[in-house]
Amino acid sequence: MAIADVKEYTHLSEEEVEQLGRELDAIRADIEESRNAKDAAYINRMIKIQRGLAAAGRVTLIAGTQSAKARKPAAVLGSSLLGVAKILENMEIGHNVMHGQWDWMNDPEIHSSNWEWDTAQPAEQWKHSHNYVHHQFTNVLGHDNDIGYGVLRMAREQKWHPYYLGQPVYNALLASLFQWGVSLHDLDLERIRKGEKDPKEMKRQLRQIVKKGRNQILKDYIVYPALSGKHWKTTLKANATANLARNLWSYMIIFCGHFPDGALHFTEEELEDETRAEWYLRQMLGSANFEGGRTLHILSGSLGYQIEHHLFPDLPSNRYPEISVKVRALCDKYDIPYTTGPLYKQYGQTFRTIMKLSLPNHMTATDDPAPPERRDTADERPRDHKRRSDEERQPRRRELGAYSRSPREREHD
Amino acid sequence: MFTERMAGTIPWERVRRAGSKLTTPLHPDDYLSLLNPLWSSRELRGRIEKVIPETEDAATLVIRPGWGWHYDHSPGQYVGIGVQVEGRFQWRSYSVSSPPRRSGRTISITVRAMPEGLLSAHLVKGLEPGTIVRLAKPEGDFVMPDPPPAQVLFLVGGSGITPVMAMLRTLDRRGTMPDVVLHYSSPTADRMIFRDELKALSDKHEQLTLHELHTDVDGMLDLAEMDRICPDWKQRSTWACGPGPMLDAVTEHWEQAGVEDNLHLERFSLELGGEGGEGGTITFRNSNKTIDADGATTVLEAGEQAGVGMPYGCRMGICHTCTLTLVSGTIRDLRSGDEFGQPNEPVQTCVTAAVGDCTFDI
Repeated sequence: MAIADVKEYTHLSEEEVEQLGRELDAIRADIEESRNAKDAAYINRMIKIQRGLAAAGRVTLIAGTQSAKARKPAAVLGSSLLGVAKILENMEIGHNVMHGQWDWMNDPEIHSSNWEWDTAQPAEQWKHSHNYVHHQFTNVLGHDNDIGYGVLRMAREQKWHPYYLGQPVYNALLASLFQWGVSLHDLDLERIRKGEKDPKEMKRQLRQIVKKGRNQILKDYIVYPALSGKHWKTTLKANATANLARNLWSYMIIFCGHFPDGALHFTEEELEDETRAEWYLRQMLGSANFEGGRTLHILSGSLGYQIEHHLFPDLPSNRYPEISVKVRALCDKYDIPYTTGPLYKQYGQTFRTIMKLSLPNHMTATDDPAPPERRDTADERPRDHKRRSDEERQPRRRELGAYSRSPREREHD
Repeated sequence: MFTERMAGTIPWERVRRAGSKLTTPLHPDDYLSLLNPLWSSRELRGRIEKVIPETEDAATLVIRPGWGWHYDHSPGQYVGIGVQVEGRFQWRSYSVSSPPRRSGRTISITVRAMPEGLLSAHLVKGLEPGTIVRLAKPEGDFVMPDPPPAQVLFLVGGSGITPVMAMLRTLDRRGTMPDVVLHYSSPTADRMIFRDELKALSDKHEQLTLHELHTDVDGMLDLAEMDRICPDWKQRSTWACGPGPMLDAVTEHWEQAGVEDNLHLERFSLELGGEGGEGGTITFRNSNKTIDADGATTVLEAGEQAGVGMPYGCRMGICHTCTLTLVSGTIRDLRSGDEFGQPNEPVQTCVTAAVGDCTFDI
């Protein structure tokens, strides 16, 4: 069941929703005014640790592979260091910097306009497909391309087709090749297939992807193995393992953000005349958190606070824990569900949904929470859920993080 | 910017480019600066080596610049300095008071704490040696040519002495001190920055005449007195630096005498010329925001009014933090009046205004 009106679903009056919006705005203002040297020290420390881990991993692999005795432990250690470095870079640093969480520092080296991350997708395309399309249209069928990434069927409203019988396989492939799947995400393969994509834009995007992907492959699979000399295979395997670990981890964390039971989908009607407060409410209903210690949260890019992240995508991630206390209190006050649970449970539910939805709806039961009694959905019109182009979308919101072309391209265009 | 700065040292650039294959998408400097914060040319940086108190409320900062810095500023130019205060980089610009030296290791700037200037107070009192700051390239055309003119007059008020000090030190070091009259106004003798050094210089060079004016006791400089203080002032190449009202009076006085061509001025606040653009509708295409701006409103201010998250730094055309791509249309640099309108040209938004409709990539 997808929701056409968040107010109706939550039984809140228009005034109550607006009041909730004002309270959330106040939380934002509080954090914005109190950003300080400690926050700046946090991101600088993260970056230092991450770069230290990456350098240590590379050196361990090159040096360790030279001695027969040290080779195996060096490969394990080096690949673990590198894997953690890549996870930290992608999740807690890259993703958050590109949202503009640290732009307030006015530091051109830690700024959303020119950060480039250690994964296949060019930052510019990520800032479009993620900051804008996903964060603004979160969980709206046909608008949010992250519902199944155009590969999986993740909502009962998406029409079933025999193709989806292969879903368990596609899921495994997506998880292990996640960075490459993400790198093609903004291209919109569906639109290309239908010939609806502007060829000039497509060429520009493809050029970026090829250039970035080539450098990434060159680094991990040619240059570093070559530096390891005779035992290049060990380094190559270790690098591949680090990349695989990062892919599986980021896939799992990202899928736990919107697909556990309790995270809801919405139909296009919800977007019509949606106020800022209703947008907040949709973010709260459409996202799911998970519980864990500080280390788990940092390694997850603070996406265990997915609800808080979706409410305030551009506030510093180290402040999400304190924000979550306030958001939870608001959920209690307004009787709004706050979906959370341990990571294994959240992914377990996600996995079950992936498996279930590989089959037609009539063969499986829904895991969605029972619809509220007063809701009238009998006249729900059938809708197409194909991807929308930017012309068909609402203009972007500012707090989602900036979107600008990559600086290198600016110079040479 | 990186390539431009490294153009003089090609082999190094090649090494870096090769190194970046190992560090992509980062730069080798991103790792090297972990070992030593100065080992990076991604952004110009410097380390505070010493903070030398000059007067009760002024201090000289001796800064060791990092990679990519050329010690070839002209005497009289200023540099931008970015300091992190409560996590946020704040930019100001100050005249370099040390003479240019190609073999140099440090540069000095002299800062006076202004009553309501939070940053200048922080620079004078709160900066520990070892602090890493950001720097911006030397700029400004308030400079002493080499060789210098035969007859020079400096009119200085307060901390306006700093660029003049750089010029005097350069003339002293090069042994090219011409006939110089320096008129230096300050509230009291104690508040005179570089007082002892100036005394020593005028003892050393008999062609250097120093007039001190303590305005708390003797009142402000009356320009009608110029004929008495320096009878040949109309013939002298004059450099004036100090508070705005003083410079306004000097300009008027020199214009009345018809010798304004001899006058060089340095203002400590950015004076955007009257020659604005025509204004127009500015479109910020990725933010989907537009705003009508007049020809005196900078693109940066217009963007902020429109609610676009504009990047900015010094807000005076120094640090280039605010640079954005001008997708289409024409803008005018309010400092020089130059117009820019190449498609996809990177422009500084803090010192430019629209000339007709234009579109930015943000």
